[in-house]
Amino acid sequence: MSEAVNQHTEVSYLEYKGRFKGLFAWIFSTDHKRIGLLYLYSMLVLFSVAALLGLAMKIELIAPGKTIMDAQTYNSFFTLHGITMIFLIVVPGLPAVFGNFFLPIMIGAKDVAFPKLNLLSWWIYIIGAFIALSAQFIGDGPPDTGWTFYAPYSFRTGTNMLPAVTGAFVLGFSSIATGINFIVTIHRMRAPGMTWMKMPLFPWALYGTSWIQVLATPIVGVTLLMIVLERTMQIGFFDPALGGDPILYQHLFWIYSHPAVYIMILPAMGVISEIIPTFARKTIFGYKAIVVSTLAIAFVGYFVWGHHMFTSGMSGTALYTFSILTFFVAIPSAIKIFNWVATLHKASIDIQTPFLWALCFLFVFMVGGLSGMVLGALSTNVHLHDTAFVVAHFHFIVFGGTGYAFFGAIHYWYPKMFGKMYDKSWANIGLAIFFTGFNILYLPMFYLGMTGMPRRYYDYVDEFHGPNIVSSLGALLMISGLIIIITNLVRSAKHGEPAVADPWKGKTLEWTVASPPSLENFEEIPTVTKHPYGYE
Amino acid sequence: MEKDQHTHIVKYKTYVYVLIALLFMTFVSVAVTEIDLGPYTVTMALLLASIKSVLVLLIFMHLKFDKKFYGIMVASVFLLLACVIVITFMDYLYR
Repeated sequence: MSEAVNQHTEVSYLEYKGRFKGLFAWIFSTDHKRIGLLYLYSMLVLFSVAALLGLAMKIELIAPGKTIMDAQTYNSFFTLHGITMIFLIVVPGLPAVFGNFFLPIMIGAKDVAFPKLNLLSWWIYIIGAFIALSAQFIGDGPPDTGWTFYAPYSFRTGTNMLPAVTGAFVLGFSSIATGINFIVTIHRMRAPGMTWMKMPLFPWALYGTSWIQVLATPIVGVTLLMIVLERTMQIGFFDPALGGDPILYQHLFWIYSHPAVYIMILPAMGVISEIIPTFARKTIFGYKAIVVSTLAIAFVGYFVWGHHMFTSGMSGTALYTFSILTFFVAIPSAIKIFNWVATLHKASIDIQTPFLWALCFLFVFMVGGLSGMVLGALSTNVHLHDTAFVVAHFHFIVFGGTGYAFFGAIHYWYPKMFGKMYDKSWANIGLAIFFTGFNILYLPMFYLGMTGMPRRYYDYVDEFHGPNIVSSLGALLMISGLIIIITNLVRSAKHGEPAVADPWKGKTLEWTVASPPSLENFEEIPTVTKHPYGYE
Repeated sequence: MEKDQHTHIVKYKTYVYVLIALLFMTFVSVAVTEIDLGPYTVTMALLLASIKSVLVLLIFMHLKFDKKFYGIMVASVFLLLACVIVITFMDYLYR
């Protein structure tokens, strides 16, 4: 099949000459593939900055007391690190980059339903990013509230809160527009024969994610707007001094921000569901169960936000309700893990870099998930709340989950996106160093949290010194791995070997088109007759 | 669906009735704030707002004349929002 496709005569989307030239041919392109890459490049820059902020914080924590920065700078660093990583990278990450690039191709369409809206989403994203990041450089100093902007401190701090909050508000519109676009695309533009139960699992994951984006994001938008109104017009929503309720802020914030965790993780699960059957050379085990689990996670994920607030002073009834609901959400997540592992059983596994990323994902996601159960239980949560344990859990889930899936996705789809192969040896070396560093960085934080080290402190007592040294060295190792991985990918885009259409022997539609694809993806819209993972 | 949309013309009279109903409920929303209903103040405000939204969706946005599928999808979203609000207020009512 790949040989036939390589006879493809149309020029690729990378070489296509449109109305504009140079940079304008990218930033005004409505081609879903170019928009996907615009997001990728934007995120690469932002991720590098945010990762370096994280490294600086770990260096600060290498010894008690002031090491390289004072407390106020540390507070600003973790705020900027959080805002950038969450609102600018992890939430939009997989849908904006790989969803944009691959959703239309995987369902046999020429583009998304609303290409101009798609470009507008990227522009709104960039404008939102500039507004949010401008908070660092103008006004009364960088925000120091953490990415959660908790009331009442966020109304009283003298730092430059409004641009950060406004930026997050603007970014929400980008997220909603992308969500609407994907929902309509999936409903209306699937190729003939692609019934819902013949749709690959990555588009399914994007479908679930898009609903969360559309339904949950407006809530945080309104909440952030309420902060602006409270700060500028003294309307008492959340500040007790004005007659407001700070716990209401936490409710509203987490009503969005917990489903946002599923905006982050569902597409990651979709990526893993693509990688595993391809390299296992086997139909995915329990396709329907994974689909139902995806929708169940998207649905139940709406009702568990209160587990972020167990020590906030909520009523006992609410505490029990949220704790029980939290345990429910673990069920569909576990179903997916079992299905992925069952797919590997008696499979003819081809061990390649994307598959290794998927395996590492399974490990770190399990650690993150199981530590989440510890935090979901009321009694243990009270002990561990706001400690380094939470930071470790969160990074195992979000960085370990979404981050590993992101790197897995880029190593999986890189030949298709750029038409080049990366150096597999360097990719594997980079992964090994990154994975080792990641675990050395975050595992000690579980111990630190259990022994009482609070999160968001730039200083600590001497008893915590040893594990902090290990953790900081892990950060250095992890960043070294990242540098190798990113350098290899960037270098290969120019110097890599040309890729064939189907380098991994995949079965989904993206592997039937040329590498890189033509402007309209397909010369003829395909008719789908088979299951997406028909290996047997 | 498109055919259904084109064949359905709602009378102006109906729009005017709906407009009057919406304006009336807006006045009621403001008026009830003068009465102390305790924890039910928010319930009343949400109830009136929900009725107004339903009227707009059904008549102005033609959901009433569309395929049932769209009605079910919109109703599901409302149900989800209702669940979120009820769970939030479980905290306030039992605190």
